[in-house]
Amino acid sequence: MKIILNNKVEEFAGDQFTVGELLQAKNFTFKMLVIKVNGHLVKKSEHNTAVVKDGDDVMVLHLISGG
Amino acid sequence: MTFEHIQQILKTKTVGIAGCGGLGSNCAVALARVGVGRLVIADFDLVQEGNLNRQFYFYDQIGMLKVAALKQNLFRINPDVRVNTFDIRLCQSDIIEIYGKCDVIIEAFDKPEMKYLILDAVHNYMPDKYLVMGVGMAGWGDNNLIRSRQSDKLIICGDEKNAIADECPPLAPRVGIVANMQANAVLEILLGSNEHQIHTEN
Repeated sequence: MKIILNNKVEEFAGDQFTVGELLQAKNFTFKMLVIKVNGHLVKKSEHNTAVVKDGDDVMVLHLISGG
Repeated sequence: MTFEHIQQILKTKTVGIAGCGGLGSNCAVALARVGVGRLVIADFDLVQEGNLNRQFYFYDQIGMLKVAALKQNLFRINPDVRVNTFDIRLCQSDIIEIYGKCDVIIEAFDKPEMKYLILDAVHNYMPDKYLVMGVGMAGWGDNNLIRSRQSDKLIICGDEKNAIADECPPLAPRVGIVANMQANAVLEILLGSNEHQIHTEN
C-alpha cells in the first residue's frame, strides 16, 4: 500500500496496519509525537487500534522544545 | 492589495498568542506593525536577562511580567493595537476561554507538553480554528531547513529538528525567522494568498 507520510509518498507491505505499527516500522520512538491521519488527531491511547490504509495522508510531528 | 486595504481588514481581526517568549514576543510585534486590531497574549513568566538574546524585550524591562512588558512595547510601535493580557500558566479550560473568540491562534510555548496541550485543546474544542505552531528553531545556520507545512487547519513552522539543548541554544535569528513565519502564515489566513505577488522569472 501507498500512503502519504509527511507530504511524501511511501510504500509499505500489506493492505493496512495500525498507527503503532507504522511508528515501529519508521522507528519513530520520540515520546512527544503528534499523529494525524487524514486530518484527524490520533491519541496515544489509540495508537494500537487506529488504522492506516492505502491512500491515507499521515502527519507525524515531533513536538520538540523551543519557543 | 494596498497597505490601506490590508489595514482595513486586519484591524477587524483578533489573533491569540499563547506564550510570550522568543516566538510569541516577536510574532506579536510583527502583527502589531501590520495592524492586527487585537492581540490576546498570555504568559506567566517575568523578563530575565537571559531572554534578551532573542525575545522582544529591553534591558530596563528585566523583572517585569512579560505580558506587561510586551504590551508596553506593542503600544510604542502601534498605539491603536488593542492588547488583552493574561499573566497565567495556561491550562486547557483557559485556552478555550481566552482564545475561543480569536480568528487565529499562535502556539508560542517552549515546552513540548504545552505545545501538545494547546494542539489537543484546539482540535477537540475549537476544531474550526486555525492553529499556527512553531516547532524547531534552536541553534544557528541551516536556513534551508526552516519551512512550514499544513494539515487541515494546523500549520507548523520551523525545522522540526533542532530542540533546545545546552549546546544548541535558541538565538535571535532562527527564533525570529520562525516567529515571523508564523506571523506570515497568519496574514495568509486572514488576507488570503497573495495573487499579485511578483515572481521573478529565471
